[in-house]
Amino acid sequence: MLCDICGKNPATVHLTEIIDDQMNELHLCEECARTKSAAMEQQFGLSDLLAGMVDFQKPSAKEEELVNIKCSSCGLSYADFKKIGRLGCGECYDVFRKYLAPLLKRIHGSNQHVGKSPLKIKTTVTRVTKKKIDLAELKEQLQKAIQKEAFEEAARLRDQIKEIESKKGKEG
Amino acid sequence: MQINDLINHTSEWLKGTGPNSDVVISSRIRLARNLTKLPFPHWASKAQLNEVMDKASQAMLKIEPLKKSTLFMLANLDSIDKQFLVERHLMSIEHTQKTEQKAVLVNDEENIAVMINEEDHLRMQLMQSGFNLFEAWNIINGIDDALAKLLDYAYLPDFGYLTACPTNTGTGMRGSVMLHLPALVMSRQIERVLAAIAKLSFTTRGLYGEGTQASGNFFQISNQVSLGHSENEIIENLNSLIRQIIEQETQTREIMISKSKDVLEDRINRSLGILKSARIITSQETIELLSMVRLGSDLGMIKDIDRLTINELFIITQPAHLQKLQNKKLSSPERDLARAELIRKKLNLL
Repeated sequence: MLCDICGKNPATVHLTEIIDDQMNELHLCEECARTKSAAMEQQFGLSDLLAGMVDFQKPSAKEEELVNIKCSSCGLSYADFKKIGRLGCGECYDVFRKYLAPLLKRIHGSNQHVGKSPLKIKTTVTRVTKKKIDLAELKEQLQKAIQKEAFEEAARLRDQIKEIESKKGKEG
Repeated sequence: MQINDLINHTSEWLKGTGPNSDVVISSRIRLARNLTKLPFPHWASKAQLNEVMDKASQAMLKIEPLKKSTLFMLANLDSIDKQFLVERHLMSIEHTQKTEQKAVLVNDEENIAVMINEEDHLRMQLMQSGFNLFEAWNIINGIDDALAKLLDYAYLPDFGYLTACPTNTGTGMRGSVMLHLPALVMSRQIERVLAAIAKLSFTTRGLYGEGTQASGNFFQISNQVSLGHSENEIIENLNSLIRQIIEQETQTREIMISKSKDVLEDRINRSLGILKSARIITSQETIELLSMVRLGSDLGMIKDIDRLTINELFIITQPAHLQKLQNKKLSSPERDLARAELIRKKLNLL
């Protein structure tokens, strides 16, 4: 049997591809198989690369601490960011500012925006104001999340409640 | 507008008009925007995604350029419809996955498309035929200004527009130009050109954007950096890069004509011959052959087929378009038959 791609060399690699519930059998020679697998490796996502860039920073004691810091608005931790390569919300940029500034500089060669700004120039991400998050409302959401078995959401809500309660405790 | 109305409509960017349209297929500007106080889509709850959807769609339908537009909820579309929108460059492949609370808004002219709850809350794009980045920017900038009056964007003065992925932060802008570079590919100079592009922090992608390989002779080139330069500077840089590539492609075409006109003419006409008579043809082969026919038309070697017809063939021979035209699901071998028939009809009627 000859290779399906080049039609010249004998096929030694046999692949089954499923695309859109269409099953395709591919018989490839070694060379074409290598090219094809290289194409597949390109799927290696941006988040992997970003996570790698974050890792360039030497994990100092401060960094260790940072990993546990969570955005009080959306609950994303720095460890989550390292894992998925995405921030959780606009306020994350403020919470992780110290660590994002050098990362942005590495990505863009700058960390200072000079382009347009929204017409009503009011800083929409206010410095972690977090005025009144209704504790009762959060608890209700938590119950609902548990009922729905949306455990990730539940964990996030649980942490948020804990944080508010501990702050309250300190204040009171 | 219904999704089926689109099939009889020629997308603005396919018209084959505009500056340098012998080399440049289309120019596109995309802006990423997020609403403040709501998590980015990947981190948001269903309720929060719904809130984004309500706020964004209500605001968009209020502003003048988007009054005549349609909101397609992706959860209501079947897989062919979704692929159909991707083939028309109205949305990304990523947007077809996990479709709950996702939508795309398309205006009647089909040059503006806004994805809601893709990687960011809003991804709005304007696509023009030919080499027209500044005009594209002016239009989408106006839409963005109008929306900023109705929506509160996540923004910090020092970091700019805040996006889910830090690679888009700052202007949130990506400009891209789709180029047809058959002469640079045939003369094997393309590797050198692509390497130079990468060194200048621009990216090259395939026909369908992120994650797709450059196929045939089509290349999509866009800026990588979105922070630290103004929108105008970014576009200016991309513009001058593209200008140089157009120059190189044009020169190479001229050299090929002066040195090996017969070989080129033979290749172009063989390509047309296959398209006019094939009974089974894959979409990959179609793209490759149409690329040669397009070159022939641009060089005046093929006189009776215009750019619009060729551009249209590029899109209606794509899998989802074929299936929508035939109004039924087709397997891959069935599509290859139907595609060949469609092409024969279109080209032999001329």
